[in-house]
Amino acid sequence: MKTSGTSAGGQRLLSGNEAIALGAWEAGVRYASAYPGTPSTEILPALARYAGVRAEWASNEKVALDGAAGASFAGARALAAMKHVGVNVASDSLMTLSYTGVGAGLVLVSADDPGAFSSQNEQDNRQYARFGKFPCLEPADSQEAKDFTAFAFELSEQFDTPVMLRSTTRLSHSKSAVDVKMPAAAPEVGPLPSFERKPRKYVMIPAHARPRHPEVEARLQDLAEYAETCPLNRVEWGDKRIGVISGGVAYQYAREIFAGFSFLKLGMTYPLPVGMIRDFAAEVDALVVVEELDPFIEEQVRALGLEVVGKEVFPATGELTLAKARQGALKAALPIREQSQVSDAVSDSGSRSGAQPGTEPPKLEIPGRPPALCPGCPHRAVYFNLRKRKMMVAGDIGCYAIGVLPPFEEMDMLISMGASIGMAHGAKQAGSPDKIVATIGDSTFFHSGLPELASTIYNRGVTCTMILDNGTTAMTGGQDNPATGVTLQGETTQQIDIESVVRAMGVEDLWVVDALDVQGVEKAIQEATVIDDRPSVIIVNGACVFTPQFQRRPVVTVDPETCNGCGFCFRVGCPAILKSDEVDAKTKRPKAQIDPLLCTGCTVCLQVCPRKAIYQTSQEEV
Amino acid sequence: MKQDINFLFVGVGGQGILTASDIAAEVGLEAGYDAKKSEVHGFSQRGGVVESHVRWGEAVAAPLAEKGTVDYLIATELLEAARWIDWLRPGGAVIVNNQRILPMSVTVGDAVYPPDEDILAALYAWTEDVTVVEGLSTAERLGNSRLANTVLLGTLSTRLDVLPGTWLGVIGRRVPAKYVDLNREAFWEGRRAAGGD
Repeated sequence: MKTSGTSAGGQRLLSGNEAIALGAWEAGVRYASAYPGTPSTEILPALARYAGVRAEWASNEKVALDGAAGASFAGARALAAMKHVGVNVASDSLMTLSYTGVGAGLVLVSADDPGAFSSQNEQDNRQYARFGKFPCLEPADSQEAKDFTAFAFELSEQFDTPVMLRSTTRLSHSKSAVDVKMPAAAPEVGPLPSFERKPRKYVMIPAHARPRHPEVEARLQDLAEYAETCPLNRVEWGDKRIGVISGGVAYQYAREIFAGFSFLKLGMTYPLPVGMIRDFAAEVDALVVVEELDPFIEEQVRALGLEVVGKEVFPATGELTLAKARQGALKAALPIREQSQVSDAVSDSGSRSGAQPGTEPPKLEIPGRPPALCPGCPHRAVYFNLRKRKMMVAGDIGCYAIGVLPPFEEMDMLISMGASIGMAHGAKQAGSPDKIVATIGDSTFFHSGLPELASTIYNRGVTCTMILDNGTTAMTGGQDNPATGVTLQGETTQQIDIESVVRAMGVEDLWVVDALDVQGVEKAIQEATVIDDRPSVIIVNGACVFTPQFQRRPVVTVDPETCNGCGFCFRVGCPAILKSDEVDAKTKRPKAQIDPLLCTGCTVCLQVCPRKAIYQTSQEEV
Repeated sequence: MKQDINFLFVGVGGQGILTASDIAAEVGLEAGYDAKKSEVHGFSQRGGVVESHVRWGEAVAAPLAEKGTVDYLIATELLEAARWIDWLRPGGAVIVNNQRILPMSVTVGDAVYPPDEDILAALYAWTEDVTVVEGLSTAERLGNSRLANTVLLGTLSTRLDVLPGTWLGVIGRRVPAKYVDLNREAFWEGRRAAGGD
């Protein structure tokens, strides 16, 4: 096996995601599937490196969970991993998997994103555990991520239930020390036996589903009883003036802010150990629940009739931080220790506390640094042209969401994976007078764009769908997908041709254009959007700059004699195009210059320059 | 009892912040500290602000330091040093690469990138302990601009009670084999620039 870090046993720094993969492998997982999504993405590539595991990119999260369900029913330990909103996609299967239970252990990793660092919302997926009536485990560091994952498989089999392992951005993408056995070895699992038929358990027709429901309720009772002795829940006695109930990464913040006080550290946050909570509450003066996002534990504690300090002082939105936990504690007048190194004024307001007391720092306006399309990005000409032609644009999830930011500001709606096509269709069918275009990437198209396009075509839709095929799942770091011809384990496979798929759906008004051909993209948009009685599709082909298929070309440069500072090239939003110090005498505007280190030679700026002031350098200068 | 040390690495997406902070965290662990590091991936990485926290200590709990408690702010870009300066504790140290990367807001003319002297004044107003490192020019002289972060690590290493060999061991494992020697050189350049040996 190949992993980062030292080759000897002992302690190694692993990210939460790497630890989850290691824990699953040590537990003998045979099948794992996922759709890439921050912050869950790195789990599957880590698993794919281990021998004996079949690790796959599914085309969406439901497909991933379905694959894991089938493997589990067939007797193999299985894992599905996804980001929080991915569980929404998988939830159709998830809610009924609670009824079927499992064959071999089945673990769903939900990686939530408090703070919405890379997501369209910050939903709290612990609610799914309560909704679906299955257990939720919340590790607080990488060691626990590894241990809890292995434990989750045991729990799944012991109680015949899917188990959710809930991570968050701050767990998945933090590294902390993990005890690693060397040489690491997965248990011998042997060949799978033949499938044992259990239609009343696995075939959820109504007649079978109804009798399963009482079993789900009984299982939840059993799990609640088990929670009282579950080794993942523990009491850490300290000063009993404050008793903190916490789990997951929130526990780490609480541990610093409430250092020295008593803790009920929950590793299993659903179902809760009611007796343990009552006993703990009885011993402490003030009961405090510290958790990120929803008052999930808090509401259940309140339902026991216990008084608790919670979301009235700790925020229910955004990522929890030490500062927020401290402020909450102070607001509730809890007797925590004052911060030793820094006055609260600093952490509250960011005001200065520097080496020269009494002097104010000079006012410095610090420009923001929003994300931008990379130099050479194949999405650039698309949004430049859509803006130029004043389209209404339904967007989707991917790097091309940057199209909503300056200088394009050319996206009018975005909610979820694949939604662009359906939203465009609905707006038009309802009578919108605007010309509407849906923009969707290749991976997103296979994720959930396919049924949306089918529905548009079936319902006599008239919108234009632009499929931006950059040959990878770019936003999450460049994962393969059904259109790339390579599997997660590196095998060559059938490359599903998007053009053939669209043609097979019966779309005749189809353009296939080169992403770096600015006029070609514009012409296609122009022609496709005059059609108002049938659906059209434009496939825009151009490799992401991070793929091996991307070809750098000679850099382009600006002739300062010809440039008059018209600023047209700034509108393509390329980080390589800068304002030079030289101002045009006539227009009084700064001329353009191009950073040769950043330029990839895509020539989009060259093509839009009205004065032909940008030219490509010679071939030798690549 | 190991003293708690908080590091904050900041810069621009694509500058290699994550690898540099990975190295610092691993060095801490090898030097006998508990260590944690934390970062954010995804949307912001496309040319946006990137920050990575590294904490060393006897037993580190929170993966993120608190604003105003950072001991070492390591910035691979000038403007980012100014953006994050208020995370530094009083008397903390800034190690900053003297490289400017213009945000889109500046290139399209909506905002102005402050002059270097204003940025430095803002840093000095917060702390007297500011080290400006010629990371990029040193790296380019060595033949690869991506070595700038290793130069910064070399400078940082002179402030810490950890042997250079520990740093070099971790760097040797973390960078591609063919770049190990160049990275070692860059590390020593960074140490020398800080008056170390």
